[in-house]
Amino acid sequence: MPMNRTHGGDEGRPGLRVQSAEGAFTVLLDGEWTVDHVADMTAALDGLSPPAGADVSVRPGDLRRLDLTGAWLIEGTRERLQAAGHDVRLDGFRTGHFRFLETLPAFPPPAPPGKMPAWRRLFLTVGRAVVGDRRQVQATLGYLGRLVVNLLGVLLRPRRLRIRDISHHIYETGIMAIPIVALIAFLISIVLAYQGASQLARFGATVYTVDLVTISLLREMGVLLTAIMVAGRSGSAFAAQIGFMKINEEVDALRTMGFEPYEILVVPRVIALVIVLPLLTVLANLMGLVGAALLSVLTLDMTLQQFYLRAVDAAGLNTFLVGLIKAPVFAFIIGFIGTMRGLQVSGSAESVGRQTTNAVVQSIFMVIVADAVFSILFSWLGF
Amino acid sequence: MAATDDIVIRIRGLVNRFGRQVVHDGLDLDVRRGEILGVVGGSGTGKSVMLRCIIGLRRPTAGTVEIHGEDITHMDRQRFLAIQKRWGVLFQSGALFSSLSVLDNILLPMSEYLDLSPSRLTDLARLKIRMVGLGPEAVDRYPSALSGGMIKRAALARALALDPSLLFLDEPTAGLDPIAANAFDELLAYLRDSLGLTVVMITHDLDTLFNICDRIAVLVDRKVQVGTLQAMLANPHPWIRRYFHGARSRAARGEAD
Repeated sequence: MPMNRTHGGDEGRPGLRVQSAEGAFTVLLDGEWTVDHVADMTAALDGLSPPAGADVSVRPGDLRRLDLTGAWLIEGTRERLQAAGHDVRLDGFRTGHFRFLETLPAFPPPAPPGKMPAWRRLFLTVGRAVVGDRRQVQATLGYLGRLVVNLLGVLLRPRRLRIRDISHHIYETGIMAIPIVALIAFLISIVLAYQGASQLARFGATVYTVDLVTISLLREMGVLLTAIMVAGRSGSAFAAQIGFMKINEEVDALRTMGFEPYEILVVPRVIALVIVLPLLTVLANLMGLVGAALLSVLTLDMTLQQFYLRAVDAAGLNTFLVGLIKAPVFAFIIGFIGTMRGLQVSGSAESVGRQTTNAVVQSIFMVIVADAVFSILFSWLGF
Repeated sequence: MAATDDIVIRIRGLVNRFGRQVVHDGLDLDVRRGEILGVVGGSGTGKSVMLRCIIGLRRPTAGTVEIHGEDITHMDRQRFLAIQKRWGVLFQSGALFSSLSVLDNILLPMSEYLDLSPSRLTDLARLKIRMVGLGPEAVDRYPSALSGGMIKRAALARALALDPSLLFLDEPTAGLDPIAANAFDELLAYLRDSLGLTVVMITHDLDTLFNICDRIAVLVDRKVQVGTLQAMLANPHPWIRRYFHGARSRAARGEAD
């Protein structure tokens, strides 16, 4: 009887021996037929090709261990050989794995991925995007409406204002943001002043650096930078906090207790931001002016008094107010988008991440759009 | 006492301290091969802490935890990984990855550690899903679309992904209705019998304790007392008496008042 050893059973690795006589084909399994050796097992089994029409018998040889994965692979091979017209028997196994596998309900084979022509897929993608965008616009408008109604409702009955919540959010979004906002404004105005000065020096107009920095800081940069910082800090925090509460069913818990989640989760945050952002803007303006003054004194040969006179001359109260009036609007946009994205979280951790990203990106985008609208408006009005 | 090589988990002198609070003080425990050990104890007695020590998520303040004769409290990463691959853990809330479908949850450890073609891996993952009694409709669902019982089953399928010989379960039947809980018990006993698993489970489900647990470990007085159900019923410790002779316990044992 010829005996072929196709795979070595050394080091416990699974292998098999094949005994072939006329009409009978015996496979002996050696070694550890366990999940750790899954590649060896598949290689050994896939290499089996008994002569046509032979009866196959699979039995343990020097088999040390057999686990469910091993049994499953052997069972799969049995099915393959049976489909090829062999009569296959499993003999002499002591484990219950094969019986266990037999008891399992059959699953329908996985559906093959549907093939779709490219043009159809294109239409589908575009169509889905359009419908999705329309829904998003509807949802946003709906959310805006509910927010305004709730906000007005609370403002008309000030006793329903949650002062404690508001002050907590003022602390989180305002007080805690002071260092970073102050530092950023200080640094940016130094950059602005430095670049301005080196350009204006070519025309001998260095002194206008003060005008440049003061006006751009008070009108645009101060409030815009502060809004972007707050959107990054607090817009994301709102979305993540509310999103987690949504997943944890805390939002539903509030509803069942008869609370209106908007009134508890959304309104205090928006109100806090509307209070905080103008104050942070004033701080940013102040720190920016300090930075500009410092740079002017150190590098432009100006005295502090000269800087002050020039700055007062260049920018009046008007300039300051034009910048400041934008702050509450930006705050509303950030609070609105951050909380909305939080409430749109559903189900998964990934959804929290996606909506947090959306909250930050969209609120910064909308703040800049609003800034552009303000610019057009102010130039019409002649400010 | 069973032969030493039949002890899968051997805990000696386990001490766990959080600040001034001492949770375990010199706790010893042996888990035998092929048994289902139920762990019970009042809240705050450190059931979960003990489990976390055994599966290496927490290093105990003192003491040793030997798994297959190797101390895992001081072990290099490579060896620990090899041992880790031989156990599966079912967390209390399932801990399925919410961004992956049931199939992908089970495929995650498989595709990391098994050198198989993608189609075979998928087939093997589907085998695990069939094993835990989930239907074909569950395969592509996401965890947020599953019922509590299905989450437990899917998480069990993931725990079984690498054909572990040891299974740790944290309150597997909590939150399930009695029918689903019974079915889960039967499934566990069946898997233990057909696959030769060793199971350690924290449970407060008295039916589970009485029906499928071979031995019961009770955490009392910062230590553990182990024994069969009969031994526990005869145990004079006041907490154990209250636990096993309360009205619920009598009802679960089918005793008349």
